[in-house]
Parts: sequence; structure tokens; C-alpha cells
Amino acid sequence: MMTQLEQRQTVKGAVQVEGLSVTFRNRGQDIHVLNQIQMGIKPGEFVCLLGPSGCGKSTLLNVIAGFIKPTAGYVMVDQTPVTRPGADRGFVFQQYSLLPWKTAFQNIELGLKIRGMAKGDRTELVHDYLNRVGLYKHRNSYPHQMSGGMQQRASIVRALVNSPSVLLMDEPFAALDAQTRHMMQELLLDIWDDLKTTVIFVTHDIEEAIFLGDRICIMGVQPGHIKAELPIGLGRPRHFDDTLSAEFVDLHRQVFECIREETMKSMEGCL
Amino acid sequence: MAVSVSRVGYPRWLSQMGEAFRGVFLANRSALRLLSLVIFFGVWQLLCAIKFNFFINFQFVPSPVEVLKATLTFFASSPWVHFRSSIMRVLIGFGLATCLGVLVGVLIGWFAVIEDLLLPPLELLRPIPAVAWIPLAILMFPNAESGMVFLTFVGAFFPILISTINGVESTLSDTVLMRVGQCLGAKPWHTFKDIVVPGSLPSIASGLSIGMGNAWFCLVTAEILAGRYGIGYITWESYVTSNYPPIVMGMLLMGLLGAFSSWAVSRGMGALMPWRVVKKQGSV
Repeated sequence: MMTQLEQRQTVKGAVQVEGLSVTFRNRGQDIHVLNQIQMGIKPGEFVCLLGPSGCGKSTLLNVIAGFIKPTAGYVMVDQTPVTRPGADRGFVFQQYSLLPWKTAFQNIELGLKIRGMAKGDRTELVHDYLNRVGLYKHRNSYPHQMSGGMQQRASIVRALVNSPSVLLMDEPFAALDAQTRHMMQELLLDIWDDLKTTVIFVTHDIEEAIFLGDRICIMGVQPGHIKAELPIGLGRPRHFDDTLSAEFVDLHRQVFECIREETMKSMEGCL
Repeated sequence: MAVSVSRVGYPRWLSQMGEAFRGVFLANRSALRLLSLVIFFGVWQLLCAIKFNFFINFQFVPSPVEVLKATLTFFASSPWVHFRSSIMRVLIGFGLATCLGVLVGVLIGWFAVIEDLLLPPLELLRPIPAVAWIPLAILMFPNAESGMVFLTFVGAFFPILISTINGVESTLSDTVLMRVGQCLGAKPWHTFKDIVVPGSLPSIASGLSIGMGNAWFCLVTAEILAGRYGIGYITWESYVTSNYPPIVMGMLLMGLLGAFSSWAVSRGMGALMPWRVVKKQGSV
């Protein structure tokens, strides 16, 4: 098990984005959503995509997931070009996305079942993960019986149980209340610390991005591009107290200045 | 006489009665439903008793009491053969409609080619009422029994078909649901089994419920066709012989059987969907 983890740490989860552009056509007009995105992500790295709404950060994530085809350029995950969605790129959606007709256990089990894993093995694995995020007690609950935080924990585990090369997260905690959000952030870092899966995390919350990421890619608008990259030197493991440190506040100010300009631009676009 | 009067000006006992009414009926939904039936039959009896005749004429309408008498007479003879014939026709017609409606509906919802190939003639046939099928049913089927089953089938088939198509299409159009499957590596079979079928089940369930109602709806039509037994047959036969109370009895029996079987269908489908919560406006 340990060797498998180490192997994953060194080999799995490199993401390369090359000259990626996405153009949508709407009412005969071309809308450039993403322009010439260039990104390299190391295996095991936690990268946050931060930007104002309309900067195309979710679109970028959807292209990496294979949900959307780029107009130009390509994405490689572990030297394999992305052509369609697959279980090697786990995805956690912003909306609660558990299948309403399956229990927590059945939702998490689905990917393993699709892969054809034997019943005994997958039960054991799913139980491990349920324990890991404190959902074992609720394994037979349907989504409508679970709180938002519980549903998102189950969604994260549903993606991770397939041991993906990279975990793609699209504002997964945006709908949660502040308290739950902090707990989920710490929980996510905890799991990531164990598994060291590459994570690409989309958010518009500056504090969240600094708290979670090894690196923040700040995106600009019209068209979406990567405006700046900022390594986050805060030590790990991180705790909620760190958000009050001088270093954190200073980073927050830097990022805020950088993103402010783009937010203004995107607001003007709406007026 | 000191009758205590509340501030709004009506006697206290009235408002107390109102309170009691609220306590028994509004808080208790089964009591409220029972009350609605009592009012329905009461108003009907009243209209007959006063021989209401203003545009609508109740002079010749059998009253609930007369209908009750006819019902007792009917049950004293041998009613079960009628029940059995009608129930069998409806069940067989509905069963066939369920199998075919769901199967064809899923295929049409899933494959554009099959939609193009099958839907146009089906849409052409859909508005035709069961009565209009009687001559063809006589010509096409080897015996009256299969013709009658066909007519109940016609009633049930289209709502089931349309609801199934809608259910499948709306599930397939749910971007998040489909993406969930895709990023778990789902092949078409899994998408079908784990997402599309359960996703369209609520819609199929309402189609089955409506279809069941329609099957009873078409029963009189079917039993006009021929036969000597059946609830629809009695109803029609009583009309021909100008014996009015049994007509209303037949109508009510069909209403009752139809309502009961629709309820049974909903309950059965509900058991298949333990994950489903139904809420009404105002419920917590």
C-alpha cells in the first residue's frame, strides 16, 4: 500500500495545458472564453484557479475533465492527451451531485462497480473511505437525508475512491455555510496529505485559495487568461489559525490587489 | 340572557365550533377527505330530493339512496363474474401497455433514429379516442375478448409512452447527472441502468398512474363492443333497458375501481423509489 502511495506521489498526476483556447459561438458572435492558456502542474501539487466570475475558470476545469472540447491547444494528463471524460480525472461539482436514488455507499461504490471490481473488495474500500470522512454511520442514507456538507464529503470520496491521477474541484464548498466550509477545507487538506493526489481547485474565494493551495493561478477576464501565478509558501499541515498570521494576511492583500482590477473589468462587461 | 359575544360580534359558541371544526378536520387530512365525500353525496341527495331543475335537470337522476338500493340488489345476485371480467380486461390491457409503452418510450427517448422512425405514426394515432377504434377492433381481432383488451390497451398505452419519453429525455438532458456518469467512466449500459432508468422513474410512475385511470376510462367503450359480463357492460345494458339506478352504480364502481387501481400503482411505484420525497407547499 505504501509503495503504491509513493509511486503515485512521484509518477501519477502530471497535468500539462498547452496553448489552450476555447471559443463559444452565440447568436453568430464568437465569444472567446479562454485564450492561450499555458499551465504545468506537477504530480501531487495542489493548484487553485482563482478569478472573478466570468473569467473562464470553470470552463478550464471542464476542458481538463474532458466535458468541453477546446477550440485550440490541448491538455495532457500523465503524457496522455485528454479527449473525453474518464475516471482518471475525478470531478467534484459545485452543485450537490450525488445520484438521489442511491445511498451514500452506493454512490461511492458506483465507479468501482463500473470498473468491475469484485464486490468484497469494493465494499472494504468504500467502507475505508466512508470512515475516513466520518460518513460510515450514514452509509445507508439517501442524499436528501444528508446535509450539504455530508453530501460534498461523499462526492469527494466518490471521486477519490477510483484513485484518480488528478482531482478536479469546481467551487465544491461555495454552497456551504462558513463553519462547514472551514471544516471541509481542513478535511480536504487532511485527505490530500495522505493521498497526495494532484488537485486543481476552482474558487472565487481568495482566503480559500491561499489556505488550500501550493500555488494560485490568478485568472483575468476578457478573454480568460492566466494573469499571475503565486506560490504559497505557508507550511503544512495548515490550520485555521494560519489564516490569521501576518504572512497569510500579506498574501491575501497581494492577491486582492491583483484580482481587483479583473473584477472591475468583468463588472464593466456586465454594464 | 347573557350570551357571551366575542369582539368581532358573533356568539362565542360559533367561534368555539369553528375551533372544533379546525381541530378535527383541518388538522386531520383523512377526516377532511371523508368530509368532502359526505358533502358530495349529501349535495347530490339534496338536489334529487328537491327535484332541482334549472338548466341542469335532476328530476330523473337516481338519488344516492336509489343507487345504494340498486347496488345492494346487484351484490345480492352474482356480481363477481362482472368484476372478474372487467378487472381482467383492464389488467391485461394495462400490463401490455406498460411493457410496450415503457420499452418503446425508452427507445424513442434514447435513440434519435428510433424517434424519427416511430414517433410520427404514434403521434398520428394518439389523439384518436377509444370509441373510434371500435369498428377496427371488431374487424381486426379474432374475438370480442381480445378486441376489448385492445381498447383498454389503447387507453393506457399513450400516457405511459409519452411520460416515459419525457422522463428519459429530461434525464439525458441533465448535464450534471450525465457528467457524473462520464467522469466515473460509465459505459452506455451503466448510464442507462444507474442513471437514466432511475432518473425517469418518477415520470414513468405518473404515466402508469394516468394510464391505469385511462384503461378504466376505456372499459365502457370496450364492453359496448360485445360480451355479457363486465361493469361497463351492465352500465350500457341498463341504459338500453332504461333502468337508471344501475347506470350510476356502474359509473361509481368504475370510478372506485379506477381510483383504487391508480392508487395501487402509485403506491407500488413509490415502493420502487424509497429515495423520493414528495413535499407540498407549506409542508416542512
